[in-house]
Amino acid sequence: MTAPLIASETGLAQQGGAGEAARRPARRRTRLTWLGSRLGFYLFVTWVAITLNFFIPRLMPGDPAQAVIQAMTQRNGQMPPPETVHSIQLLFGNPDKPLFSQYVGYLGQLVHGDLGLSISQYPVPVIDLVRAALPWTLLLVGASTVIAFVIGVGLGIVVGWRPGRRFDTVVTPLSTVIGVVPYFWVALLAVWVFAVKLGWAPVSGGYSVDTVPGLNVPFLAGALRYGLLPVATIVFSSFGGWVFGQRNMMVTTLSEDYVLLARAKGLPGWKVMLVYAARNAMLPSITNFALAIGGLVGGALLTEIVFSYPGMGFLLFDAVSKRDYPTMQAVFLLITLTVLLANFVADSVYVLLDPRTRESR
Amino acid sequence: MVRRLLKDWKVRLGVAVFAAFCLLALLGPWLTSALLHQSPTRLDLNAVSSPPSSKHLLGTTASGQDVLAQLVTGTRESMLAGLVASVLGTFIAVVVGVTAGLAGGIVDSALTGLTNVFLTMPGFALIFVISGYTRGGGPVVIGIIIGLFGWAGGTRALRAQAMSLRNREFVLAMRMLGESRWRLAMSEVLPHLIGWISAMFLGGFVGGVLAESGLAFLGVSDPSTVSWGIMISDAQQGNALISGMWWWFAPPGLCIALLGASVALINFGVDEISNPRLRGANRALVKRAQEASRAKEVSHAR
Amino acid sequence: MPGDHGETPPTARGNTGETPPTAHGITGETPPTARGITGETLLDVRGLTVEYVSEQGSVRACDDVSFTVRRGEILGVAGESGSGKSTLITALTRLERPPAVTTAGEILFRPRGAAKPVDLVGLLERDLRKLRWRDMAIVLQSAMNALNPVMRLEAQFTDVLREHDCTLSRRTARERTAELLTLVGLTAGQANRYPHELSGGTRQRATIALALACGPDLVVMDEPTTAVDVVMQRQILANLLRLRERLAFAVVFVTHDLSLLVELADRIAIMYAGRIVEIGTAADLYHHPRHPYTEGLRASFPPLREPVRRLSGIPGSPPDLRDPPPGCAFHPRCPQRFAPCDSVLPVLGPVGDQQVACLLHTGGPTLGHARKERTDDALGH
Repeated sequence: MTAPLIASETGLAQQGGAGEAARRPARRRTRLTWLGSRLGFYLFVTWVAITLNFFIPRLMPGDPAQAVIQAMTQRNGQMPPPETVHSIQLLFGNPDKPLFSQYVGYLGQLVHGDLGLSISQYPVPVIDLVRAALPWTLLLVGASTVIAFVIGVGLGIVVGWRPGRRFDTVVTPLSTVIGVVPYFWVALLAVWVFAVKLGWAPVSGGYSVDTVPGLNVPFLAGALRYGLLPVATIVFSSFGGWVFGQRNMMVTTLSEDYVLLARAKGLPGWKVMLVYAARNAMLPSITNFALAIGGLVGGALLTEIVFSYPGMGFLLFDAVSKRDYPTMQAVFLLITLTVLLANFVADSVYVLLDPRTRESR
Repeated sequence: MVRRLLKDWKVRLGVAVFAAFCLLALLGPWLTSALLHQSPTRLDLNAVSSPPSSKHLLGTTASGQDVLAQLVTGTRESMLAGLVASVLGTFIAVVVGVTAGLAGGIVDSALTGLTNVFLTMPGFALIFVISGYTRGGGPVVIGIIIGLFGWAGGTRALRAQAMSLRNREFVLAMRMLGESRWRLAMSEVLPHLIGWISAMFLGGFVGGVLAESGLAFLGVSDPSTVSWGIMISDAQQGNALISGMWWWFAPPGLCIALLGASVALINFGVDEISNPRLRGANRALVKRAQEASRAKEVSHAR
Repeated sequence: MPGDHGETPPTARGNTGETPPTAHGITGETPPTARGITGETLLDVRGLTVEYVSEQGSVRACDDVSFTVRRGEILGVAGESGSGKSTLITALTRLERPPAVTTAGEILFRPRGAAKPVDLVGLLERDLRKLRWRDMAIVLQSAMNALNPVMRLEAQFTDVLREHDCTLSRRTARERTAELLTLVGLTAGQANRYPHELSGGTRQRATIALALACGPDLVVMDEPTTAVDVVMQRQILANLLRLRERLAFAVVFVTHDLSLLVELADRIAIMYAGRIVEIGTAADLYHHPRHPYTEGLRASFPPLREPVRRLSGIPGSPPDLRDPPPGCAFHPRCPQRFAPCDSVLPVLGPVGDQQVACLLHTGGPTLGHARKERTDDALGH
């Protein structure tokens, strides 16, 4: 070993040490910047959704505001009070006022949490209806979507680990085919088989009517019993969508050198599969999860209708069938906000799992 | 390419089922009236809620309509909605994706942003609300709404493809020759994207059929038409579940599932062939090779 | 990084510039026997054949490959891309994945303390796992991809350390990681980093440290220095030789860079189209290449410590292994081909101290004029 070589190696090490101090804060900043830019994007989408919500009734043929006022008058036998009329016109359009001042007024009303009064349950404020329905949907859709994701991705990891095996050639096409069956039809079949024929589960509703909603055991036990079949339905209909993509990512990851190296290290198979291959292969699935939430919610909302589940989907169904425009608008707005929130959560999970957190979208 | 595709059993099965549905949509209504002498709307009051029989092959609804006739008519309506949605959605996706990919710069950023907004927003909820206002529309109206708000899915992939094409030599050379971008896009870039676009179109088609059935189930479509979604919705309203009339609600859902499965199988096979790495090795061949080597060793040892 | 080492000679070999290139150029004067090459055979590969099987037919990426590696020896394997050298690396360590299948041959491996060699080809994965990393380790081509991007360096060391020594506590494993990193000139603090936070050279050093974690007898290296700049390459190789002296492991080093092997390796094997066409000591191969391909390969790289001379490539390109040419696979590109070359497959045979697979040297069916001339020339050495 010659002297200059040693010197140069130490020099290199020192240089590495200096670099360490310089790099650390930079890394933190990238992560936060990345999350920040995502947050900014979601705020922008929120604004777009609110603006769409403002324009949709104004662009529709006919005069939704007039229709709402008429419907209220019919229900009540008299014209609604002037402040209600004003609020309706802010939400649905007033041909006598310039668009911009309408828009400002509309935003102001939203800031105060005023989403108007429901027509079908006049004069209950829409916000109260939504507030009652949202937790049901959050629990039902949230739980089942996460369960379906875990099952689908898990299955994709297992079949992708040994591509071409019989398990892969059967499971992968099968789950893809299951993935395209409409949710609500699966729900109908489930009700028919498990609730009507076998009597294992209640036919409809979200909780037992002889319990008092709140934090008490009989109510919660009932809610669990009522929720089981809807959850199972949504899980069954949506897990298949994850299998194919996750399998392909897994197959691609298996040819990476770090997986080869992990095998060369003599690590047990499950460790190579989970810690080396799957940890990396599931990152794109998490990105896709964020993107897919919006679509998944649609199917889940329809499932609620089949089960008459007291969530946002059923509220929307009820509102559409009774032409309850204020409730329709509010449901859309709240669903959008929830989906964006879920997106942000998925992004944060991604940041936790991928130390690189580079812009991958 | 086509011949290789048709060698795959999944693709063959998918194409066969899909073609059968297309034929049914084209000729179905004529077949039902000419061969079965049934109409989807005529009420047979002598056979209300009757299970499948020789007279009504798939039974009747609670008001005495022939389920098979409805199913066949529904094929046309549902597929029409899917077609309209897919044509419109694919068109928008191609215009936005290819323009973004080819133009680059600020146009690209703006269009990508637009795509991401549509992608992130719960499109289905939006479509619900809009069709809640326009309720009573037929399959074409519903298809238009679905296409207008559901195009974002494939756009990102198209943009990426167009972008990679942009820097290929032949496109660069054409641009040097002063070919306009528009003509370039039409004559050189689009043909290279045909595979992607057709996969998108098929996917959008099934998405459209699914969305239409969902909207019909929600009760926003024209109740005088008959589509698969309306059939399921009617069956649900008519208490078909409680009274166990499976022949009413099961067939339309099965049709949607079959149509979706056929497209899934086609795209599945295309994916495998265009990306052979994903297929995994042919286990049989590998095993045979391993066994041959083992046998050789044994004889060697002797 | 090169700028910081301006005063260091790029070859990192100090004042040995005037000595002619030898197999041990980098370490200079140390004779081979002092460095743990005991002459005992560690690895004996016989007739190894690896095929990629598919519906369209099979491709032989390694064809009847035979060689031995002695304890503590560095065997260099050189060849163009597509010559089957990377396939050889994965097959040697039994890491090939379908559709690659080892269809013939044996790999006799005799680690420390083993009474007799085991044939790796016949072993089950379960038994192989006991040998992996403790007895044979691997360093892969691109350090960027060889480290798991979502794990800290330390975790990638401790998992293998604790896998092969269950008694090792978490803390001892961490200390051992720090030791290993300092061994290759890194700091213990770098253990906490993720791979993407490290430079290419640092990552490559880390993978070498990782390979030495369990004190293997054999380290297989697949182009470990192609992704780093020349200065870093020199440093890494010098470090490798130093460690080899200390720890006495043998190395199979695969690269396309023949001139690098001439300085690093004790012996060199030249691969072409999946076959070894020449094998011998580094000095012999460099000074008296027998196979026309070796000559061509030598002429296409600049000598490291000789005056610059005209470089010439080998015309043509490597054969398509799906449809290899009949006879000697090199004959379409060979400047010295003669009649039987396109029909007779030459086998590896001794010529002087080397082994060569070329009809010019080992008996072809007919003695062409060209061959005779060449033989005379070769005997002259």
